[in-house]
Amino acid sequence: MSSRGLRGLPLTILLVWIVVFPIALVVVGSVRGDAGWTLEYLAVFAGERQEWGALWNSLWISVASVLLAASIGIPLAFVFERLDFPGRRLLGALVALPAVLPPLVGVIAFMFLYGESGFVAHAVRVVFGLSEDPWRLRGWGAILLVHAYSMYVYFYLFARAGLAKVDSSMIEAAHSLGHGTWGTLRRVTLPLLRPQVNAAALLTFMTALGSFSAPYVFGGGFRVMTTQIVTSKLNGDTAMSLVETAALAAVALIGLVLFKRTDSGRSVAAVGKGIPPAAYALRLPIARWGAAMVGWSLAILLLLPHLTLLLVSFVPVGTWTTQAVPPEYTLANYGTLVADPVRLKPLVNSLWMAGVASVAAVALALWVGRVVVQRRVRLRNVIETLTTVPWAVPGTVLAIALATAFSVRAPWFGRWVLVGTVVILPLAYVVRNIPIVCGSIIAGFRQLDPSLDEAAASLGAKRWYTVRRVTIPLLRPAILAGGALAFATALGDFVTSIVLYTYDTRPISIEILSALREFDIGVAAAYGVVLMLISAIAMAVGTKR
Amino acid sequence: MDVLLGSECEREGQRRRAALVSFGYLQLIDLSKRFGTETAVDHISLNVARGSILALLGPSGSGKTTTLRLLAGFERPDAGRIVVDGKDVSKQTPVERRFGMVFQHYALFPHLTVAENIAFGLADRASEAQRKRVAEVLALVDLEGFGKREVTALSGGQQQRVAVARALAPEPRVLLLDEPLSNLDPSLREKTRLELRAALVKAGVTTVFVTHEQEEAFALGDRVAVLQGGALEQIGTARELYEQPTSEFVATFVGRASVVPGEFLHGGMVRVGDSVEWPADSPVDLSHGQRVSVVVRPEALSFSDGPGIEGTVSGCRYTGARAFFTVTAGDAAVEVEASVDAARVGDRVILTASRTRCFPEDA
Repeated sequence: MSSRGLRGLPLTILLVWIVVFPIALVVVGSVRGDAGWTLEYLAVFAGERQEWGALWNSLWISVASVLLAASIGIPLAFVFERLDFPGRRLLGALVALPAVLPPLVGVIAFMFLYGESGFVAHAVRVVFGLSEDPWRLRGWGAILLVHAYSMYVYFYLFARAGLAKVDSSMIEAAHSLGHGTWGTLRRVTLPLLRPQVNAAALLTFMTALGSFSAPYVFGGGFRVMTTQIVTSKLNGDTAMSLVETAALAAVALIGLVLFKRTDSGRSVAAVGKGIPPAAYALRLPIARWGAAMVGWSLAILLLLPHLTLLLVSFVPVGTWTTQAVPPEYTLANYGTLVADPVRLKPLVNSLWMAGVASVAAVALALWVGRVVVQRRVRLRNVIETLTTVPWAVPGTVLAIALATAFSVRAPWFGRWVLVGTVVILPLAYVVRNIPIVCGSIIAGFRQLDPSLDEAAASLGAKRWYTVRRVTIPLLRPAILAGGALAFATALGDFVTSIVLYTYDTRPISIEILSALREFDIGVAAAYGVVLMLISAIAMAVGTKR
Repeated sequence: MDVLLGSECEREGQRRRAALVSFGYLQLIDLSKRFGTETAVDHISLNVARGSILALLGPSGSGKTTTLRLLAGFERPDAGRIVVDGKDVSKQTPVERRFGMVFQHYALFPHLTVAENIAFGLADRASEAQRKRVAEVLALVDLEGFGKREVTALSGGQQQRVAVARALAPEPRVLLLDEPLSNLDPSLREKTRLELRAALVKAGVTTVFVTHEQEEAFALGDRVAVLQGGALEQIGTARELYEQPTSEFVATFVGRASVVPGEFLHGGMVRVGDSVEWPADSPVDLSHGQRVSVVVRPEALSFSDGPGIEGTVSGCRYTGARAFFTVTAGDAAVEVEASVDAARVGDRVILTASRTRCFPEDA
């Protein structure tokens, strides 16, 4: 191999070491005991009805989440992209709001809102004079409710972007060839949206499969694979947790392959310049106001979890018991976050760990981007594929994999003891965010005109000068977008943190959970509000043009 | 120009027109369309004979595309009617109207093959009939055997022909084309133009197409309607438009021309400059001594020794055997077509004109 071919080798080794190697260790660990290779753990796994049940639950919950999210998100995309009514722009932005709610925060907001002692249940009890809780927010129904709420956004955003790219002349062509509204929708518009819908479906499937917060809080006796893994791990049954992790990874892999296969149909890259059809303006007053009413009701429904969280964050500890709305309000919960060193610590932890992790992820992605766009680097396809791997791996799997790989000291195998140190959580955040940040920054690099580098060189600029003065300024939007998303994700992370945290590195999500256990709902909600606000600010900065 | 206006072409056109009588198969009657305060189409009336090809020619913003979209039914007219074969279709939706439409960027469905694209408008036919018709129109546009190809894998010219085939497949009463050749390489355009015209004539379909290029309008259309500011300026054959323009706009928009101020004289003459007189005609009655704009074609001007406008050659553009010279005379600059070695830049020259066309100067 020439020296050109060797370029990218250090990067490849680094990515293999932090992404593939830990997962491989999990797979090996599931078939290797103290006495060498064994199928003992697999046999135990296969013999347990409970394990099969959890695997099956994970699978069908994910498929049902995809269907539910699609049936909400796609029609909404059509409404906001194709109809014009008062408040369309503002509402169209609000509809994407569930995206700024970190999973665990969304779950506790749902608990305060729709849970057995939440606002809605309170209201129903007061209105109908019931003495019992009207319902219990438990099991698969609760999980699906949370999934539908948080994941329809993928379908909504992807389908809207797709619709905006459908050239209006495609629709007109279908009309002039004798196909009416429904025929055109079925035979032209929806097929043209297929790539976006497929991408959203895959993303939803993977997110639902890896979903941990909702099953953990609402699951009760209803077990899915992610909660099963963490339970085994916390119970000290390491071997079983490895088998379970390998099984979940296998399901994710099979899902990915199946989706990719249905996706490999015809290229539907748009021909032509793509002028989207103008939104159809509703003219009848009743239609306009009807649409606006439905839109605002929907927006309020979507905003209710956020508002609930905000309201509960002002509730003093132990004061809200049987009343329809909390009787007292205070700012003390926020004061506690800052004044109480025990409460402040997780906030500081999360901020610095998420900050370091997103900076590291951006630096890694810049390296990846620079290497991947060079045609002469033979490993560029390998590198690009490696950066997408963590995306197809549920967070729990990654956490278990990192915990397995870095709990042993074997430097000649690239293994050090990082578990229990301050390094492991930021590392986990970096690995989880590699796909998002690399995706954004590689796309940014692809849009750069390659002759810019040559132009800079012809003007006598040295390589680092070019990177600093040309490449990075041009990549700023991509860096900001990827970095902000990584920061927000890391800040709200729960699924990897619960496996890898120590008391000294406990992040916000873990502290929210312990506050809930102490029935200090006000503090839990206050953490949630802070998390939500910082995420929203980060996203706003990241998506600014 | 000589090639395009050759007598053979002209005779063919006359034959076709004679056969088609004056009855308008497609009629646009007093059609108007406003967008907000802007009038896009301003009381346009047109007749298109059955089986003939009409070009809508105009600069951008002239209303030609809006007129086409009104015809297709994608826009609803504010006033006026569209009549096909004696029946008013103004109220019909595009789906009911089913005019064939070839879009500027073709709008081929990227998720369907060539054959599936063409069969898209044949949903109401049996599958065997569909197959047969697809093969027929593929042959018509010279793409036999391309049915199974992906449309995204075709060249621009092939995509254009698939778009034409798709529009022709359901045997529409009227075919509409939006800038049909604008997306092709210039080198490909002339060939495609001939093939497209052959296919349309063979299909015998009543056709309206939009273009902003005069050459395309002349080559493809039996008749040409010149639009400006949403209104119809003139309709006629290429030769009529070139030789007998009825407005200064048409005279200068269709073909190359220079404009100089002049004074109309009795006896079909016009005085330009101080004492030079050139032969003149006009679409309207002009009075003696009236101020006019004198439009003169480059080929009507020549260098001479006799009396004429004096000027200086300030530029020269070679086009092979002939060249176009820019001559500056006072404030005016006129274009002269002559043999390549007739003059050089910097020469003092005298110009005479064999014919001009005069239009009354705006008040």
